[in-house]
Amino acid sequence: MDIFLQQIVNGLTLGCVYAVVALGYTMVYGIIQLINFAHGEVVMIGAMTAYSVIVALTGAQVPLPPVAIVLVGALVAMPVCMGVGYALERTAYRPLRGAPRLAPLITAIGLSIILQHLAMIVWTRNPLSYPQIIRQVPIHLTGNPDGATITNVQIAIIVASVMMMGALLALVYRTKLGIAMRAVAQNPSIAGLMGIDINRVIALTFVIGAALGAVAGVMVGSYYGIAHYQMGALLGLKAFSAAVLGGIGNLAGAMLGGLLLGVIEALGAGYVGELTNLCRLSGWFDALAQRCASDPNVTLFGSNYQDVFAFIVLILVLVFRPSGLLGERVADRA
Amino acid sequence: MLQLVDVKGRPALAFAGLVIVAVALAVLPFVLTGIGTFWVRITNLAILYCLLALGLNIVVGFAGLLDLGYIAFYAVGAYVYAMLASPHFGLHLPFWIILPIGAAVACVFGVLLGAPTLKLRGDYLAIVTLGFGEIIRIFLNNLSQPINITSGPQGIARIDPFRIGTFDFSRTSSILGLTFTGPMKYYYLLLVVLLVVIAINLRLQDSRIGRAWEAIREDEVAARAMGINTRNMKLLAFAMGASFGGISGGMFSAIQGFISPESFILVESIMVLSMVVLGGMGNVWGVVIGAVLLSFAPELLREWVGPVQQAVFGRTLLDPEVIRMLLFGLALVLMMLFRPAGILPSALRKRELETRRTAG
Repeated sequence: MDIFLQQIVNGLTLGCVYAVVALGYTMVYGIIQLINFAHGEVVMIGAMTAYSVIVALTGAQVPLPPVAIVLVGALVAMPVCMGVGYALERTAYRPLRGAPRLAPLITAIGLSIILQHLAMIVWTRNPLSYPQIIRQVPIHLTGNPDGATITNVQIAIIVASVMMMGALLALVYRTKLGIAMRAVAQNPSIAGLMGIDINRVIALTFVIGAALGAVAGVMVGSYYGIAHYQMGALLGLKAFSAAVLGGIGNLAGAMLGGLLLGVIEALGAGYVGELTNLCRLSGWFDALAQRCASDPNVTLFGSNYQDVFAFIVLILVLVFRPSGLLGERVADRA
Repeated sequence: MLQLVDVKGRPALAFAGLVIVAVALAVLPFVLTGIGTFWVRITNLAILYCLLALGLNIVVGFAGLLDLGYIAFYAVGAYVYAMLASPHFGLHLPFWIILPIGAAVACVFGVLLGAPTLKLRGDYLAIVTLGFGEIIRIFLNNLSQPINITSGPQGIARIDPFRIGTFDFSRTSSILGLTFTGPMKYYYLLLVVLLVVIAINLRLQDSRIGRAWEAIREDEVAARAMGINTRNMKLLAFAMGASFGGISGGMFSAIQGFISPESFILVESIMVLSMVVLGGMGNVWGVVIGAVLLSFAPELLREWVGPVQQAVFGRTLLDPEVIRMLLFGLALVLMMLFRPAGILPSALRKRELETRRTAG
């Protein structure tokens, strides 16, 4: 039971990060029906920039509490990522608006390769270890001293994510910009006729998504304690899976999808080894029983298959419910 | 064919051109050996990339299904060959038995990927295929436990070369007084395979199947209304593309003698896609040119980038590998922005991409 609780806590933490990244995908998709393939790279650049800032500040012995240093890192990473997001939209997506679908997807792939390798030039190809300036304090969730815990970092990630999601929802549903965004999403040309500057709204959508991505990057970096120039690709794919799971284009869906995917992944990684342990079948074959006598863990799939779950979820959702959990069924626009 | 010179109505000129190209291709390995044997190996890899790009062209160029996990089929073919012709399982089957098996297994994987994704739209399909490629790689990396199937990250070594009786493709031998090194023999073999594959592709493009793919690419609903079985045709495209990938994979395995999951990462898929995009989606000759350009470019860069930087800055600032990847990325972006139909666009593709742009 403690293992289960622990995996749920880990899954929720990871899920919050996925949800924040997924929001970036889903906002852009909602407004111009485009998969911003390079969004994972924006997250990576956020993590890397914050890394540099944190290392510089701790190296210079700035008299700030550790939390403030990480916050400053995030605050510097946000404008950098917003700039990258704007540049992406301006150079690779805006000129191709109205082109066949494959064209912007291919430029996006090209841009993510470019961003990855530029990051590699700046921050080297080695994994960077985030300075562990915030001491992780585990808080016990049950009476068992060896049982499930939640750390202060995990709590901070969950709280920060929830706050950002709330702020985004308020922005989209309570402000004039939000109304403009929803109008452009529904029908860009009519929105233009109503006096909305479509280009500005679309650019702002990219920029807001990138800012969320920057914070997500800082969260991933401080949670895993590591940043790498290729970290964005897998994270981006998983977040995209989360957005599809929840129904792409739907903000609440991205949040739900992110949390679900995080929990599925954590539970999957935690239990797949046990579930596929062939020794459960040792009564069936003598050879197996003999092998299990010497090694009780003859598992078919171990936790090293963790990354597979997101893709399996993605494929299953697309096959059985392409509109996602909360998405509306939309006509095929080919 | 290439329309650089108008050869229509001038059969003598066309024939002369063909002879020149044939002689050049036949003499090429001897010239390259003069520069350095490793250039022959690079040429062989370039031909393998041509084969891969032609296979992917069936899926992306002809049928318009963007596949970002194509390298998975290459991996399947390579691993089938490695398992059936190496000390790993102690099996040493001859290559003419394994290559068809590899193609068939890759074909099954192609259908496995194609079947659940038939209903998906282009961009979703791209992401799912990407995920599929990653799944295959993760399995290759981890299937060494509990039973050693793929031998995990270490990969499989000492894979048999192609052998016909006592004629071994990896050894140097002399025929008619000429010395043929291993890579040179593989060069001729690969060249023959490439020509066959090009011929198949050209015939396929104008066949009933090719026209059906084209119709699906242009407008799936209209194609279905015209009585095309879109489901079967899409599956066929996946299956054929995958089989070509499988065959190339088998040959890669035999030529390299060693494979590991490292060779089948996402970047490779993207590289093959870049070749197709750069050359011109749907144009067989364009794809070949794209593949040749992009496989030689990194090698030339390796030769020049280091020394040039030494001369200008006094030290090596950028790894050629990094510059290569930056160039790939730039090529993808710039091609889409300024020449979306590729270096040699297929006529239809060109019309489609240009009119839609002005209209949209």
